[in-house]
Amino acid sequence: MKKLSKLRAGFLAGLIMTLLAVFFVDINEAQAEYGDVVINNYSDGAGMRPVVFPHWFHRMRFRCKVCHADLGFKFKAGGNEINMVKIIDGQFCGACHNGEIAWSVENCNLCHSGKPNTPTQVHESTVQKLAQPTGAPKK
Amino acid sequence: MTRGRLRPRVVFAFVLALCWAIQSMAGEWMPLARDGIHDPKSRAVKILQQPQEALSRLTPDNAGNQVRWVQALDKTEIRPREKLFAKTEVRKLDRDIILDVKGGMPAVRFPHRQHTEWLDCVNCHDGVFKMQTGATKITMFNILQGEQCGICHGAVAFPLTECMRCHSIAKGDKQPVIPPDVNMQMHRSRGPAP
Repeated sequence: MKKLSKLRAGFLAGLIMTLLAVFFVDINEAQAEYGDVVINNYSDGAGMRPVVFPHWFHRMRFRCKVCHADLGFKFKAGGNEINMVKIIDGQFCGACHNGEIAWSVENCNLCHSGKPNTPTQVHESTVQKLAQPTGAPKK
Repeated sequence: MTRGRLRPRVVFAFVLALCWAIQSMAGEWMPLARDGIHDPKSRAVKILQQPQEALSRLTPDNAGNQVRWVQALDKTEIRPREKLFAKTEVRKLDRDIILDVKGGMPAVRFPHRQHTEWLDCVNCHDGVFKMQTGATKITMFNILQGEQCGICHGAVAFPLTECMRCHSIAKGDKQPVIPPDVNMQMHRSRGPAP
């Protein structure tokens, strides 16, 4: 009897650990990389996917100051009034995405790769987490 | 030790190992197709670089991108460009500011060196912070709303859960104890520095 209860305790502990593991794996699901910016000022309206800007990818290649000082990007997701005319003119993304430093604008789908209807945001930011009311469905 | 006592432990160890295996299979960085913001039907998720491939090679962290970005830069694991235009002047400053805070938290050490590796002076001065030490009132209330330090910390730089990385100067007898390596200017909670 005593043996059995210990065995049970072992299984119970195992079960709890498994559930915890599944729980944590589930949290990891659907987490974009910290700092990814979604820009959807005009995309949805134009029938394009929203733009996903991965900060991690760009900061491995350029320091913040290159875009945020030299190119004049404001520290505000969606606050830069970027449009394709400006990009083709060499402003904002177009300073590099011109076929010389990075791929050029004809590769629409590489930037416009977000889920349709995703609102403009800095993904996983403190503001996003704090501003999201309790129990609200995950965007 | 009897067999009856051993077996639950074996089962427990097995389940632990299983959990660990599941965790490591899940990976620290989600593939783009499953990250929740990329459209899995987009061609891009097959072409773009995966975060796992790029970030797993850098000095690891336990928050944010799971990367110690400053260390990765200092160790030249990454060599990001400093400018696009030949005429751009690259400006750096090695000076620490100690911000004495009210309440029981340790004082804040703001190191210009690490910040100016990434950023230019104009990114903070004189817009977000005045140039004069102590002239801008900085509060966690603002920071948690994504202003001041919170413009970057909590969005792209290490997140606001890492309190002690900024609040790193222990307070002795009500005065911060300044470590000898700190090249400092005092920023007191009231009024400008002497």
